[in-house]
Amino acid sequence: MFHLKEEDVPVPEEAPPTASPAPPALELSRVVKSFGAVVALRSGTITLEEGSIHALIGENGAGKSTLVKIIAGLYRRDAGTFRLRGEDVDFHSTAQSKASGIAVIYQEPTLFPDLSVTENIFMGRQPTNRFGRIDRKAMRAETQQIFGRLGVSIDPDRVTEGLSIADQQIIEIAKAISLDARVLIMDEPTAALSGVEVERLFAVARSLRDEGRALMFISHRFDEVFALCDTVTVMRDGSYIATTPIRETSVDELVRQMVGRDVAELFPKLPAEIGDDVLVVEGLTRAGVFHDISFSVRAGEIVGLAGLVGAGRSEVARAVFGVDPYESGSVRLGGRQLPKGNPRVAMARGLALVPEDRRKQGLVLDESVARNITLAIRGSLAKAGLLWSGPENEAAAIWSSRLEVKTASLDAETGTLSGGNQQKVVLGKWLATDPKVLIVDEPTRGIDVGTKAEVHRLLSELAQQGLAILMISSELPEVLGMADRVLVMREGHLTGEFPRSEATPEAVMFAATADKEAAL
Amino acid sequence: MTTTAPETRTVRTYRAHAHPAWRRILLTREMAVIALLVVVIAVALAVVPNFDSPLTVTYLLRDLAPILLIALPMTLIIITEEIDLSVASIVGLTSVMTGILTQAGWDFPVAAVAAILVGTVAGVINGFLVTVVGLPSLAVTIGTLALFRGIAVGLLGTTAITDFPEFWSDLAKDNIPGTPIPGIMIPFVVLAIVFAVLLHFTPFGRSLYAIGLNKEAAAFSGVDVGRTKFLLFVLSGTVSGFAGVYFTLLYSNARGDNATGLELSVIAAVLLGGVSIFGGRGALHGVIAGVLLIGTLGSALRLAGVTSDIINVITGVLLVLSVVSASFLAWLRSRRISAIGRKKGRTSSAAEPI
Repeated sequence: MFHLKEEDVPVPEEAPPTASPAPPALELSRVVKSFGAVVALRSGTITLEEGSIHALIGENGAGKSTLVKIIAGLYRRDAGTFRLRGEDVDFHSTAQSKASGIAVIYQEPTLFPDLSVTENIFMGRQPTNRFGRIDRKAMRAETQQIFGRLGVSIDPDRVTEGLSIADQQIIEIAKAISLDARVLIMDEPTAALSGVEVERLFAVARSLRDEGRALMFISHRFDEVFALCDTVTVMRDGSYIATTPIRETSVDELVRQMVGRDVAELFPKLPAEIGDDVLVVEGLTRAGVFHDISFSVRAGEIVGLAGLVGAGRSEVARAVFGVDPYESGSVRLGGRQLPKGNPRVAMARGLALVPEDRRKQGLVLDESVARNITLAIRGSLAKAGLLWSGPENEAAAIWSSRLEVKTASLDAETGTLSGGNQQKVVLGKWLATDPKVLIVDEPTRGIDVGTKAEVHRLLSELAQQGLAILMISSELPEVLGMADRVLVMREGHLTGEFPRSEATPEAVMFAATADKEAAL
Repeated sequence: MTTTAPETRTVRTYRAHAHPAWRRILLTREMAVIALLVVVIAVALAVVPNFDSPLTVTYLLRDLAPILLIALPMTLIIITEEIDLSVASIVGLTSVMTGILTQAGWDFPVAAVAAILVGTVAGVINGFLVTVVGLPSLAVTIGTLALFRGIAVGLLGTTAITDFPEFWSDLAKDNIPGTPIPGIMIPFVVLAIVFAVLLHFTPFGRSLYAIGLNKEAAAFSGVDVGRTKFLLFVLSGTVSGFAGVYFTLLYSNARGDNATGLELSVIAAVLLGGVSIFGGRGALHGVIAGVLLIGTLGSALRLAGVTSDIINVITGVLLVLSVVSASFLAWLRSRRISAIGRKKGRTSSAAEPI
């Protein structure tokens, strides 16, 4: 199924530059890893230099995770060379990798929630005093010293339960530093962070670079790659494609390398005829979450809702749809008021919500593709109250084929599909309800560039057909590229509204943060 | 694979099923239980004396009827990842109510309907505590198990009411004319069909599985999770009430301690029938086969002269084996899926979160 034609297999033409005086901190060359007949990594090549941040990018399935797992000691390579400071290594376990000074920070850190920050950092190797007891003072002092170096302020004595993911990542980094890791690998660390948190993480990463450590940064967000990294390596279909200094490349160039062809436009916004107000929200308030939110979405219009993570955008969407409560204000759809807290009425009147978290809120992962696509239209598929699998499969096949969902069969469990295809199933599920207003919350989070472009094209076409779309997104390029109008929220308040022509990154970021610094 | 060019739009066709029909129908847990039931019956017919007597069938089905009845709503409740432990206490309470009201001179049908309504109210209390107050059903129904039983015993003390109109108690004991099958099987079969259609062929049934597998996604799909569960507890109370009236008539005996421990037999049979205690999985024909399997096995062993403690041991082992086999199969499946996930490692993000 995944066989590629010969000519599609990219062959690395030249080795990445290795002409530095000292041996590189970490060097992988033409590393191969296969699982049975399936080759996950054909030619993994990357060179991390000390005092440098190296980005690794590629679509989902390009082999990045496999490469990281080989470095972390989770997998053993089948072929190729793996050198650490010029010496050949072969890890049999993660412990060996750690002992060799490699630390991997994952998207979601795994800390002991009931232990203190300090205890987590020194888990399993607590310093002891003369009497063989744990030397809490020394532990605490070193923790504070590390935090000082990183320029962060987290109380070393508090339990880690309740800390934000950003703070937990900082703790993982602190742990790596206390182990004196020379190579730090960050696997999509920013996926769950807000703008301010990303900035702090970047500041920490830069200070580590300046201390002479080698960092590898995996991200789907180009703006972050360009803001943080010195060098970028692109992978595609398990193979090394190119390594370029960041100054000598561009987003277009990287996208071309990632997908293997020119993507004419990542954000194919089509001109659409804008009609009347369809969704009108007035004075929507939920104490402590969002206040006095008023906006409208017109037929054929894509309204972007930008802001930092935690600004209350998803909460507004959920309240409008009816899964969350609100205290005052009103939601009108096609001129009629929607009752509070009743998603079924909202659905029946033509409102659809593609939620933020597709795995938890969007899909029943253990159910089949067909059952998921038809879950929201189960009532209308029934004849005389009875629901047979025939009509279910027909409806599911229509939407699967319209959205080009890649699945072996309609009864395949949705959880076995890739992230992008899962998102298509959620979109299909809601488009099947034939909505008048579609709210999409982070429609392209965690999906690869190719599928992203497909989703954008789909939204664009839907708007052209007269659908009113409210698109919540934390990716500024997506909002600016797709929206006819941009709304911005900050800390539960609507702080800006810009027509497409006036929506510049600076203006939107300023409204989102009220901070001129962050806007620059 | 993921890099499909936006400009090339091909019309895909989809297979509805990955496997042929015979595999989907025959290679299921439900069919395994049914097959085991057939084997037990065949062996018992061959080697156990008197097992082939019509009386065996009559007594077996009569005794199983309350379990069969209550297993129907219990299946739905467990599929939504809840549980109702108070069903046997509701049987006891409605049995006592039937007795007291009959003794007080009510017409029996009126007394019976009133007793069933008491079961409904008991279900409403469970449903209210679980869905409105938001307590876990395990805790709530352990509480109401004691509460309803306490009321039942409190109302009648240690006495029993044994005087019921002959017409009704005969009706409960009579067979379908010309067969060894007790008459109670008629309402049971009707209810079983209703519940099977409800669970497997209605939008409501679809929402039950969705709730059991992912409450949040169900709510985001317009399923009123609270109302659905409330309804199930009310159904459970009502059916238990009906079983209570039947129980009273069958044994001509209304006592506070009637049907003590029956809830465990019901839940055991539901789980044996292939319903997952974690919700979202199971089918009604498996549950019915599960009840019949436990009952038939017990009956055959009793006829073969095996003592009841040994029978308990054997049913216990069977249950543990069924749970272990389910976990084992799930483990096999997860291995298969993770193998697929590894294959897809190159093209997917979801399979490997790291």
